[in-house]
Amino acid sequence: MYKRPFFWIVLAVTAIFALVPGISGDVSLRESLLLGAVYIVLASNLNLMIGYTGYVNFGNIAFFGLGGYLGMYMVTVLHWPLWLASLIAGACVSLLALLLGLGILRLRGAYFALATIGIVEAVKALVANLPAFGGASGMYLSFSSFAPLGGPRHALWIVYFAIVALMGVSLLLSLAIKNSKFGLGLFAIREDEDAAIVLGVRAPWYKSAIYAISAFIPAMVGTLYFFKNGVILPDQAFDLTLSIEAIVMLMLGGQGTVFGAAFGAFVYEQFRGFLLVSPTFSQFQLVVAGVLLLAIVLFLPGGFTGWLYRRLPKLRKVLE
Amino acid sequence: MNEILKVSGVGKRFGGVRAVHQVSFHIGEGEIYGLIGPNGAGKTTLFNLINGVIRPDEGRVEFRGQDITGMQPYRVVRLGLSRTHQIVKPLNDMTVLENVTVGACFGASNLSLKAAHSVAYDVLKLVDLNDRSEHLAGELNIAGKKRLEIARAVAAQPGLLLLDETLAGLNPTEVGRMIEVIRRLRDERGIAILMIEHLMQAIMGLSDRVMVLNFGEMLAEGSPEEIANDEVVIEAYLGDPDLTHKILEMST
Repeated sequence: MYKRPFFWIVLAVTAIFALVPGISGDVSLRESLLLGAVYIVLASNLNLMIGYTGYVNFGNIAFFGLGGYLGMYMVTVLHWPLWLASLIAGACVSLLALLLGLGILRLRGAYFALATIGIVEAVKALVANLPAFGGASGMYLSFSSFAPLGGPRHALWIVYFAIVALMGVSLLLSLAIKNSKFGLGLFAIREDEDAAIVLGVRAPWYKSAIYAISAFIPAMVGTLYFFKNGVILPDQAFDLTLSIEAIVMLMLGGQGTVFGAAFGAFVYEQFRGFLLVSPTFSQFQLVVAGVLLLAIVLFLPGGFTGWLYRRLPKLRKVLE
Repeated sequence: MNEILKVSGVGKRFGGVRAVHQVSFHIGEGEIYGLIGPNGAGKTTLFNLINGVIRPDEGRVEFRGQDITGMQPYRVVRLGLSRTHQIVKPLNDMTVLENVTVGACFGASNLSLKAAHSVAYDVLKLVDLNDRSEHLAGELNIAGKKRLEIARAVAAQPGLLLLDETLAGLNPTEVGRMIEVIRRLRDERGIAILMIEHLMQAIMGLSDRVMVLNFGEMLAEGSPEEIANDEVVIEAYLGDPDLTHKILEMST
């Protein structure tokens, strides 16, 4: 894998994310890049389902939110270290996705997409009514939770670096899957599931496996992200809007490519930041996202990467 | 001759329709076995019953002595039984080479990606698609797509290949080349072939034995000559007896 140029590009980008705010100490830049990194994690893991396997998943955000809740519970109630909490949250959510996937991945196309929306709402309703998770008023971090990480200021930097590292891992994971036999099987399922099965791809297992894999890192990042915020609420954790925005990011950058998912997520985050502070558009962020999605689907079905590939076919080997 | 496939008393109903009823036959190692019959006779359904796309209501399918009745298609391929589709199913947004690599990777020998690539190249050469290996499968014309179907199935390194109307929709030159490919599969690779075909000339020329299916039931089985001279078959399917003899002469 280290022979591929894109492997080194991923490492370089991850290093830039970590070093630029790290060296300059610029907190507002760090916050902007943090959101960018979270979006890249969400989009690239969603890409494993939508871009690689051809299953539109509106429920990716449920993994993120559930990871956040489990992690916060372990940190605030059980007083476990953040690292352990994040890892266990990832593993639990991934396992849950595997079991869930064996059931709902029998559905195809629009039916699967609808089921995933149902999952977000169901999990949200469950969590909002669970006293252990603070119900509708959520969970708050006590100040002492930052102590093991050397106080709040220090802790925020550490969490930032951890999220950036997980961003790098997400991208490398996507790259590794894309160039593996497993990935080839997924692409075959995307193109024609019945044909793939007849060609020998064990589709039910492949789909469930990728569904579980696509849950792991978003759940870990969920823990870190809500730890950093200090608070988790059901409406924030299971925000269907963010799920839809993640799909816009994917379409914008070009689904099915590692570069496209990351690029789309980063550009969308910057664009969204601009819209939110602009006096004219501040309430219209989602309207713009919707129009953008429509325009991409109509005029650029391959997204930015698809357009780039057509212009410069040689880039296929570099920006995978 | 050793049996590679044994089908005994297989049947399937769709609601009130008896699509396939009490069909039994066997195919030997390296044999080419033709399956003919009018539209709607249940030929493709029989294929689906054999490779596990549909589970039969009754009967038994054995491949190399192992019971594969109702086994999932992805498992059947692993055992060495692959098939093509009448309505081609190319993986459109993947290259021709990737399509065939899928076949090789998940086929009978369970190859690694690298080994699968080299098998895929060999098979593409066999079906004359090697100069298109980097094209997207969706860009091929119908003859190309039919070749791709065969290439993918052959890349799985099967002992038995089910071919579902691979000659339909091709022009005479393409038909000639395809027949050559099918013959080479058997002669050079020893692959047994079960083929559905409407083109009498081709099926009579290629097959060692032929079965006629009508309304889901076996009407006759025998050598091409026997079938062409069978009164019942002529009445149900072939039509004009003189024409039948002409076809038989042309094909030999």
